[in-house]
Amino acid sequence: MIAQRAVEKLREQFNDVVHEVIEFREQLLVRIETSSIREVCQFLRDDEELKFDMAIDVLGADRLVPVDNPTMHGYVNDPFDRELRSKQEHIPADERFEVIYVLYSNMNNEYIRLKVRVAEEGQRVPSVVAVWKSADCAEREVYDMFGIEFEGHPDLRRIYMPEYFEHYPLRKDFPLMGIPGSLPLPDKQ
Amino acid sequence: MGLEKAMGDSFVITKLNEAIRWCQKNSIWPQPMGISCCAIEMMAFASPRFDVSRFGSEVFRFSPRQADLMIVAGTTTYKMAHVVRKIYDQMPDPKWVIAMGVCTSSGGMYRTYSVVQGIDQFIPVDVYVGGCPPRPDNLINALMMIQKKIQQQGSQEHHQAQPIYIDQPANISV
Repeated sequence: MIAQRAVEKLREQFNDVVHEVIEFREQLLVRIETSSIREVCQFLRDDEELKFDMAIDVLGADRLVPVDNPTMHGYVNDPFDRELRSKQEHIPADERFEVIYVLYSNMNNEYIRLKVRVAEEGQRVPSVVAVWKSADCAEREVYDMFGIEFEGHPDLRRIYMPEYFEHYPLRKDFPLMGIPGSLPLPDKQ
Repeated sequence: MGLEKAMGDSFVITKLNEAIRWCQKNSIWPQPMGISCCAIEMMAFASPRFDVSRFGSEVFRFSPRQADLMIVAGTTTYKMAHVVRKIYDQMPDPKWVIAMGVCTSSGGMYRTYSVVQGIDQFIPVDVYVGGCPPRPDNLINALMMIQKKIQQQGSQEHHQAQPIYIDQPANISV
């Protein structure tokens, strides 16, 4: 399996970048140190044996879970309230988001998935657009939906939502029906 | 007036308004606002099997300036709403609107932040057609409702009139 070989090579080549290797139904998922994702991707693409020459997709994930209210069973006004969250056992704020990279090697006909964890605020992920051009739109989508910023992206703009929109709709604390007034409609005469 | 008796079958006496309404209702030119999957059924509605030319509406106009009826067929997002409104504004009066399918009528299964929960929030709608997507027969039914509406009310006061809701398929043999 070429993906396992890739993990071995990454361990040889870099110090402490592989945090975790998860295997599920013969599919390999490797958690990488966030700051070195670009170098890791460059290596996986250029290595003669591995040649992961295609980025199928770049995805985001929000790992936030709603808090339980100790006083009223199962009901809280704001299940994502920051203060409540900090009091309970919870996903730490510096590991809230994940960016997942699905890579494919045409030569070996195999996939590998990489993921990095991103903090709730302030942390930026190095962009892999310089490695694969196809990551361009995918990274813009992740930025649009989750607000994760990519460092070194040539054109980081919203891709689905209008440019004046101020929220990030796929975050778990964004209400399903949106925020009233954030998307104006034309006037009905 | 007895004119028919005097002149035989070669005359029809009517009011001018009635005559204009009769002309209008038998040549409704639709503007196909095909935004998503309902547009496929809208194409079937125009195709020979269902054949909307039986109702005088076979002339689909892609220029809003030549159309009377806008068939909004598909999920309307907040971003698209501005486009739909702009095209509606370019249509000359008198004009009618069919909200085709549940997405257009009420948001349908897309109960989410990005989809307008019913296009009547930004344009006046004359007939709502249920279904996901509605059968072409049902859209023909909606067109016939518009025709009935034109005949009964004319084009002047149609914005004040009550909209029509269709949730049962039309009983039309094809």
